[in-house]
Amino acid sequence: MSEKIFSRNFEVQGANTLPGYREAGGYQALEKARTMEPAAIVDEIKKSNLRGLGGAGFPTGMKWSFIPKDHAGPVYLVINADEGEPGTFKDRYLLERDPHALIEGMIIAARAIKSALGFVYIRGEYVEPWRLFSAAVREAYDAGYLGKGFDIVVHRGAGAYICGEETGLISSLEGKKGWPKVKPPFPAIKGAFGAPTIVNNVETICAVPHIINRGAAWFAGLGSKTQGGTRLYSVSGRVNRPGVYEESCAITLRELIEHAGGVSASGRLKGVVPGGSSAPILAAHEIDVVMDVDGLRNAGTMAGSAGVIVFDETVSIPEALMVVARFYAHESCGQCTPCRESTGWIYKMCHRIVEGKGRKDDLDTILDVAKRGAGTTICAFYDGAIGPYISYIEKYRPEFEALCQS
Amino acid sequence: MNGIAFSPAQLAEVRRLQALYPDKRGALLPVLHLAQDTFGYVSLEVETYVASLFDLSPAHVHEVVTFYTLYFQQPKGRHVVAVCQNLSCHLAGAPRILAHLKERLGIEVGETTDDGRITLQAVECLCACEAAPMMQVDDRYELNLTPDKVDRLVEALR
Repeated sequence: MSEKIFSRNFEVQGANTLPGYREAGGYQALEKARTMEPAAIVDEIKKSNLRGLGGAGFPTGMKWSFIPKDHAGPVYLVINADEGEPGTFKDRYLLERDPHALIEGMIIAARAIKSALGFVYIRGEYVEPWRLFSAAVREAYDAGYLGKGFDIVVHRGAGAYICGEETGLISSLEGKKGWPKVKPPFPAIKGAFGAPTIVNNVETICAVPHIINRGAAWFAGLGSKTQGGTRLYSVSGRVNRPGVYEESCAITLRELIEHAGGVSASGRLKGVVPGGSSAPILAAHEIDVVMDVDGLRNAGTMAGSAGVIVFDETVSIPEALMVVARFYAHESCGQCTPCRESTGWIYKMCHRIVEGKGRKDDLDTILDVAKRGAGTTICAFYDGAIGPYISYIEKYRPEFEALCQS
Repeated sequence: MNGIAFSPAQLAEVRRLQALYPDKRGALLPVLHLAQDTFGYVSLEVETYVASLFDLSPAHVHEVVTFYTLYFQQPKGRHVVAVCQNLSCHLAGAPRILAHLKERLGIEVGETTDDGRITLQAVECLCACEAAPMMQVDDRYELNLTPDKVDRLVEALR
């Protein structure tokens, strides 16, 4: 078991209130950060090897350093709390159970990037997390942590997975439909409301106070060579104890499944989705992989949001792909033709395969369409969708073929 | 405009929300939430009224309303029951939960009971996969569902 950082307050009664948070040592990192130059904070985060924990895994300190040094106008800090990647639920725990860690992290991050205004974009369905986090923001205002050079606006989304994509989120925050924007310009140059903007995931920013308190070397040492720290794994599907598990980024998938009580139902593993539904599936023999960004990338999949979905042997892979394909067909924003059209047609084909009406060439058609669309769209949504299309079919092809006899 | 208007207190809230953003348009989603809470759903008339508060064309508001799943363009039931149908919930029996609700309520997904009590939805991942199968009943997440638990929850909705 790893040292608990992100989840240390999860089971502590009252730790989501300001007095409780302070009792657990909260807001001490802020005191320390106030004695540091902004560039020194950025440097500390760089040295900690903290990488974005929302999906892309980009080095956080490097992202912060992209804000133009000589910029005279406003700079915005935007927190992506639009948690929606299927299989992921850890940001909900942070918003509800440790909201002040996010607030403290935001104030420190804002100092580092010289921002006076931050937004927290919470998915519309998260009504209770929104209420609890908003209450913590009010406490922080009353105590004077906010309102003196840095303000936080809590913003509610309205139901759209694509708003978890950082430029889609920015469009939505600007009061528009959540269409992603062409990059470049990257948000750090021209983001929300046309100003330089840093978009970070909830968990990423919750790491910041700990790194400032205990040092970059300590944090870096908790993880792997190229990714510092622990992180929160959301484990669900066919395991005996589904839930949020805080573990080192250097843990293996096999160990993680063991910590979650092992495989349930038949008890025999069939495959694992290691980083939210967009991450290509790993077969049962591939689970000795290290769960950091690079380890999973080298294994042909991705760490993503660390949403781990376990399939035991009784799970039908074609049926699972149909469920996943339905999701991508529903959530494609419709802006780019390859994504809008392919996600819809692939879902229809998956549906007929599951109904036993699959045609012999359906599988090759899906693979062909999926591969042709890769890299042709504005955002990473479609590249995420093809992860399951291709990996489920290629790794479990006989199971699909059995349904495509007509 | 068919009597569609916010109260003075609500208009003050609209102005407060608009002032939070560098461009007041940023407050469009929150104001649409307020409008839906107030008028029940976001009709074309409501869109036109909201557009007037933002100096936007009704078409701009319409494309926003139709983009997101949480804005209703038709009257909805007094309660909305939204069953998650994504992967972890599916593995834990969401199809059975949905079928049970359809049978019990006598409606299909997307429909509202004749007495206006409940609108039934099937939705994508609500991110509570550790407690699958689950659903959202109005503002609340209801976890670890069984048909019996669903019956008790639906019974309590008036």
